Amino acid sequence: MQSEVQFAGFGGQGVMLMGQILAQAAMNAGFEVVWIPSYGPEMRGGTAYCTVVISDRPVGSPIIRNPQHLVAMNRPSLEKFASTVKPGGVVFINASIIPVGAGRSDVDELRVPIMEIAKDLGNVKAANIVALAAFVARSRVVSFEELTGAVKQKFAEKAKLIPLNVKALEAGRKAATGN
Amino acid sequence: MGKVLMKGNEAIGEAAIRAGCLNYFAYPITPQSEVAEYLSKRLPEVGGVFLQGESEVAVSYMIFGASACGARVFTTSSSPGISLMSEGISYITAAQCPAVFINIMRGGPGLGGILPSQADYFQSVKGGGHGDYRLLVMAPASVQEAVEMTMTAFPLAEKYRNPVMILGDGLIGQMMEPVEFPDHLKSEPSNKDGWATNGMDTRRSSTRNLVRTLYLVPEELNAHNLKLKAKYDRMIREEIRWETYNLDGDYRMLIVSYGTMSRVCRTVIDNFKAKGIEIGMVRPKTLFPFPKQAIYDAAAKASCRAAISVEMSMGQMVEDVELSVKGLKPVHWYGKCGGDVPTPEEVMEEVSKLMAS
Amino acid sequence: MGKAFHRPEALADVVTHYCPGCTHGVAHRLVAEVIDELGIRGRTVGIAPVGCAVLCYNYFTFDFQEAAHGRAPAMATGIKRVRPDLVVFTYQGDGDLASIGMSEIIHSANRGEKFTTIFINNAVYGMTGGQMAPTTMPDQRTTTSPFGRKVLETGMPVKMAELLSALETPAYIVREALTKPKYINRAKKAIHKAFSYQLNKTCFSLVELISTCPTNWGMTPGDALKWAEEKMIPYYPLGEYKTPEAGRLNPAAGRKHAE
Repeated sequence: MQSEVQFAGFGGQGVMLMGQILAQAAMNAGFEVVWIPSYGPEMRGGTAYCTVVISDRPVGSPIIRNPQHLVAMNRPSLEKFASTVKPGGVVFINASIIPVGAGRSDVDELRVPIMEIAKDLGNVKAANIVALAAFVARSRVVSFEELTGAVKQKFAEKAKLIPLNVKALEAGRKAATGN
Repeated sequence: MGKVLMKGNEAIGEAAIRAGCLNYFAYPITPQSEVAEYLSKRLPEVGGVFLQGESEVAVSYMIFGASACGARVFTTSSSPGISLMSEGISYITAAQCPAVFINIMRGGPGLGGILPSQADYFQSVKGGGHGDYRLLVMAPASVQEAVEMTMTAFPLAEKYRNPVMILGDGLIGQMMEPVEFPDHLKSEPSNKDGWATNGMDTRRSSTRNLVRTLYLVPEELNAHNLKLKAKYDRMIREEIRWETYNLDGDYRMLIVSYGTMSRVCRTVIDNFKAKGIEIGMVRPKTLFPFPKQAIYDAAAKASCRAAISVEMSMGQMVEDVELSVKGLKPVHWYGKCGGDVPTPEEVMEEVSKLMAS
Repeated sequence: MGKAFHRPEALADVVTHYCPGCTHGVAHRLVAEVIDELGIRGRTVGIAPVGCAVLCYNYFTFDFQEAAHGRAPAMATGIKRVRPDLVVFTYQGDGDLASIGMSEIIHSANRGEKFTTIFINNAVYGMTGGQMAPTTMPDQRTTTSPFGRKVLETGMPVKMAELLSALETPAYIVREALTKPKYINRAKKAIHKAFSYQLNKTCFSLVELISTCPTNWGMTPGDALKWAEEKMIPYYPLGEYKTPEAGRLNPAAGRKHAE
C-alpha cells in the first residue's frame, strides 16, 4: 500500500511544514516515508510544493507525477495539479482564497475556509495546521492521534504555540467531518 | 538513537560529525547549501571547525592543507563546484592525503540547472582533474545510505590515503527520509605520524615530513604512479559493493542503475512483475571500483536477452556496463537530463520497446 | 673564541639549485634564522609555492607541504584552522601570489588568517623561463613582453603590499629588499616581527621582499642588484604598510621601518 500527497501553495503558507509534519506522523506510525520539496527559483517566485510518499515497504521511485491526494493552498496550485490526482483521491481546497473547484467528478473534493477558521482561533498563521488536520481527517492517510503527536513534536521547541495548534487541529477535523 | 526524519543534506552533515570528522570547509552552491548551513550551526556546538572559503578552488586546498597535517576533513559541493575542486583533488590524490568529497549532482554542462542529475559519472569515476588517479566513488540511493556511506568514507579514505567521493544527486540532498545514525560506524582518525606534516614536535622520530606532488625524475614519477596504481588495484580487490534486485529467478532483461535512478527502476521491476514480466537489476554502490563481475554474471544468465543502463545522463555508466558485459549480450542505454528524472512509466516504455525488438 | 657564523639548524646543509646571484638563498637563510631564534622548528610547517622556490623544502629541516600554483594561502588556512598551535608560513613568488593566487592571498589576509607569508617580488616569472609577471616593471623586457611591458595593454605593476594594506582587517604588512646588508638586516627584523605576530595569534602577516633574478633579467648579479635598487625600489617603496597597532601607514611619504 502506498499513498502520495502533493502539497502546494504560495511560499509563506507553510506548505513545506505541512508535508514535513505529515511525513513525521507517518514515520512515527511505522511507515516508510519520503518528503520531496520543490527547490530552486520557483521556490522564490511563487508556487511552493512538496510531495510526501507514505508506504508499507521501501519507497521506490520518489518521483510522483500522479499523486493520490492534493492539498491546494492557492488557486494556481489547484489549477496546476488538480488534473494529476488519481481518481478517488482527496482534493483539499483552501476555500478562503480559491473560489473555484477541482473540476473533476472522480475525486473527493474538500473545501474548507481555513484562514477564517484560523483567524477565529486567534492566529491566521495556523491555517496550514487547520488544512492538514482537515485533510488527514478526510483521507485518513495517518491516524489523527499520530498527526497530533507529530504537531506537538514539531513545535516542541516553541512550546507556547502548541495549544493554538492543537486547537487548529481540532477545528480542522471538525470542518472535515462535521463533528 | 532512534529514527529521525531528516533532509539528505543535513543528514550528511550530521553523519560526518558522528563519524568523527569535525573539520569542514565549503562554498555555497545549490542543491547542497543546506550542508554548510547545518554545519555552520552544528560544528561550533561540538568544538569543530567550519569555514566558508572564497571559492571551491580555495576550499579544495584548505582540505588539502588540513588533511596533510593529519586532520580528518571533508567538503560538499555540487557539479560546477566539483569542477573547480578537481584541480585540488588531483593534488590531494597525488600527495596521498585522505579526504572526503561529496557531490550532490545537478544538471550540466556549464551552469546547467539545479535539479537532480547523474551527469558527473565520468568526472568522478574517470578523473575530473589531470593525471592518473582514481577516487573511491560511492553512490547512495537513499538518505540512510548517504549517512552510512559518509560515515564509512572517512576510514576508507584513511585506509587508502586517497580521497573518497560520495556521488549523490539533488534528490538525495533535498529529500527527507527517516534515518538512523549507526553507532558502530564511528571511528577514530588513523595514526598519521608516519607521513603527516603536523610539526616535528608531535612525533617520536626527528625526521621531518614532506607532503609533495612534484617528481621531476621520470623514473621516480613512474614509481610514484605505480604506487598509486597498486592502491587502486587493491580497491578493486577489496571495496567493490553492489546490490541486486530480482535476480533469483529467470529474467528477460537486466537493468543496471545507481542512486536515485535505481529507486525508479525498482518500481519499474515491481510494475513489470505485476504484469508477469521478470526484469533483474544490479545496482552498483561503488562506481569505482565498478562491480564488473556481478554485472557480467547477471547478464550471462540464459534467460537474459540484453542489458540496459538507466541513468540521469546521456549515457556515461553505459560504457562501463559494456566493458563489464564484454559483448556477451547487447547493451542499451536510456536516460534523461536536466532534472527531468525519468518516471517508472517512461523507463517501462523503453524497456518494453527493447523486449519487443 | 667560538664560531661566529654558522648555519641555522632550520637550514639544510645542501648545495643550492638557485642561479648565481639569486636572492632566494638570502631569504631562506633569514627565515631559518628567525625560526631558530624563536625556537619553533618543531612546530613549524612551511608551504612551498610553484615557481623557482617549489623545491625550497630541500633547504629547510622542518615539515613542509608543496602547494599548487597560488594556492599556498588556502593550504595555510586549512592547517591553521584545524591546528592553530602550528606555526605556518607560505613562501611565494610574484607569479604565484600576485597572479594566479591573487584570490587566495587577498581572502586569507581579509579573514585575518594567523599565518605568515614571505613574498618574493623579482618582477618576473622565474622557473617557467622569464615571462611577464603582474609585478614586471613598465617597459621591462621579458620572454612574453619582448618589446617591453606596455602598460596600456597590460596595466601597471601590482603593488601587493599597498593592495593588501587597503583591507580593513588588522594585519602586519611590510616591504623590504634583499639588495644590500642594510636592507637585509631590516628584512630579517620584519620576518621576526611577522612570525611574532603569528605566535601571539594577533594577525595575518606578509613580508614582501624586493629580490633579483639575474638570469631572467639578463644581467650580472651585481647589475641586477643595482637595477632592483634603481628601478624597483622607487616604484615599490620599502617600509611598513600596516601594523595591527598603527593601522595603515604610508612609507612613501615618510619612511618607516621595522625597528
